[in-house]
Amino acid sequence: MKTFGGRTLFLDRSDINTDEIIPAKYLTEVDKDALGPHLLEDLALPGFDPKAARKGTVGVIVTRANFGCGSSREHAPWALEVNGITVVIAESFARIFRQNMFNGGMLAIELPAATIGELFAAFAGSASAACTVDLDAKKLRMEGEGRSAEYAFTLSPFDEALVGSGGWVEFADARY
Amino acid sequence: MGKTITEKIFDAHLADEPFTGTKVLRLDAVLCHEITTPIAIADLVWRKKDRVFDPSKIKAVIDHVTPAKDSKSALQGKIMREWAARNGIRDFFDIGSNGVCHALFPEKGFIRPGFTVIMGDSHTCTHGAFGAFAAGVGTTDLEVGILKGVCAFRQPTTIRVEVTGALPRGVYAKDVILDIIRRLTVNGATDRILEFTGTTVAAMSMEERMTLSNMAIEAGATSGLCMPDRVTLDYLWPFVAGDFGGDKAKALADYQRWWSDPDAPYESTLAIDATALEPVATVGYKPDQVKKLAELEKEKVRVDQVYIGSCTNGRISDLRIAAAVTKGRKLAPGTRGILCPATPAIYRAALHEGLLDIFMDAGYVVTNPTCGACLGMSNGVLAKGEACASTTNRNFNGRMGKGGMVHLVSPASAAASGVAGHLVDPRAFL
Repeated sequence: MKTFGGRTLFLDRSDINTDEIIPAKYLTEVDKDALGPHLLEDLALPGFDPKAARKGTVGVIVTRANFGCGSSREHAPWALEVNGITVVIAESFARIFRQNMFNGGMLAIELPAATIGELFAAFAGSASAACTVDLDAKKLRMEGEGRSAEYAFTLSPFDEALVGSGGWVEFADARY
Repeated sequence: MGKTITEKIFDAHLADEPFTGTKVLRLDAVLCHEITTPIAIADLVWRKKDRVFDPSKIKAVIDHVTPAKDSKSALQGKIMREWAARNGIRDFFDIGSNGVCHALFPEKGFIRPGFTVIMGDSHTCTHGAFGAFAAGVGTTDLEVGILKGVCAFRQPTTIRVEVTGALPRGVYAKDVILDIIRRLTVNGATDRILEFTGTTVAAMSMEERMTLSNMAIEAGATSGLCMPDRVTLDYLWPFVAGDFGGDKAKALADYQRWWSDPDAPYESTLAIDATALEPVATVGYKPDQVKKLAELEKEKVRVDQVYIGSCTNGRISDLRIAAAVTKGRKLAPGTRGILCPATPAIYRAALHEGLLDIFMDAGYVVTNPTCGACLGMSNGVLAKGEACASTTNRNFNGRMGKGGMVHLVSPASAAASGVAGHLVDPRAFL
């Protein structure tokens, strides 16, 4: 099983699509590591520097609604993964992106819009905001600049099984 | 309570329900292209499981960047070619026979009513036009599909989209689906199935229905289905006549068993009066940012490039419509035109019908069938600050090239805008 948590990057926009997460011109790569330097390269977000998400800087992304819409490319979660980001927390996800995250044993956590709003209000301005994820208790804890907050989340039994088994290939291979 | 077409397909293909509401379905077709399949192949090789569940149910094509534009895309093609050969995949389409997957595979008769279909491509929903459950998936789902012939989905919930009335002159399936996306918004159908019904859809050809279903994903939908009817049957007849002993009535009865029941459960119904629709274009970076061309025309929105092609609108009927608008006219000075017939058969038909002459006389370049320009990979990438009137399906920021703007339009509107040099209502050109 992967490890979850770490410094947290806030992306304050809905409908961030997979072309923005990893542009199509890099889809000729057949090595996941080659995607790493191009993560969020084309993200249209005022003031955002793609270097903020580069390898080892963050482990968690918090964002708004419909994250990962558009192309089915699993290169999007891979580009996150090779940079050490294994958790995305959002109001909602596009179906294929969410499934791709769990299929790779990563976490796509949905929280109510109001909770996401609280997280942005309390922590988005903090350069040191960090998140810990307790998968057994289904709780996440955000800390930054002396503040902290804890939220419960839910995972469907299937999503939880995928994370526990390391992904869909492992799950399916053991069962079918 | 009755069942929707999708529920009936799920019931008929259920292999496992490991958790309540998680439906693992047996797959009738696993479609593969060279962008999302090679990493699945590499993983299977690494796991020492380089095999396929059923070579006759796997269809593969090199379509996104073809012919290869560089060493990396050449390697992707090579991986596909060698994998198809060593696994006995006979339906593999390479240079000379390759075309845009969602135009090519239906043309070959691979998609049938009641089928379950996956592909590592979000526009796989196109095949819902045949009354199939067809969904785009990631590479991991594709890999398991290749190896085991199954894929997991949530229990389906359906939004019924009922389009009624005759389409006004100058309004096409593309305008209909853009209006549907405008109303639903880009995530209004996330985790939902769209079911396209009503007299307008019943009167549409398979090519028009594929345009509708193609863009279901742009509203977030898992798939977008049309009921398989006489139109579906006529399209598929060369491939299925033998299955029904040449008896069309028998075939139709077989197809109708998939139809949603009159008392099937829908989450909601979106009713659209087709007679009130107008030609539209997107202005912005999301496919739900749709405006009427009659109004946009006044703003003289510049068009540097026109692109006619893709899995949305690169079929022969699309080319005929665009050619009728273009005939005897020229591209505006400063506007370049790219015509990309979606498959070799479409290319050949356009050649024989004289359509290519019409486009070339107007100043278009005709390219081989490929996805390239639609996602900014090859054959028509935009420069920063440029705009394209495009018959494709996505207008995301940077989609056709960093800093470029894509206006999604019908083939008639694209062709007319090419002549005008800015976005125009095509009705004055018909």
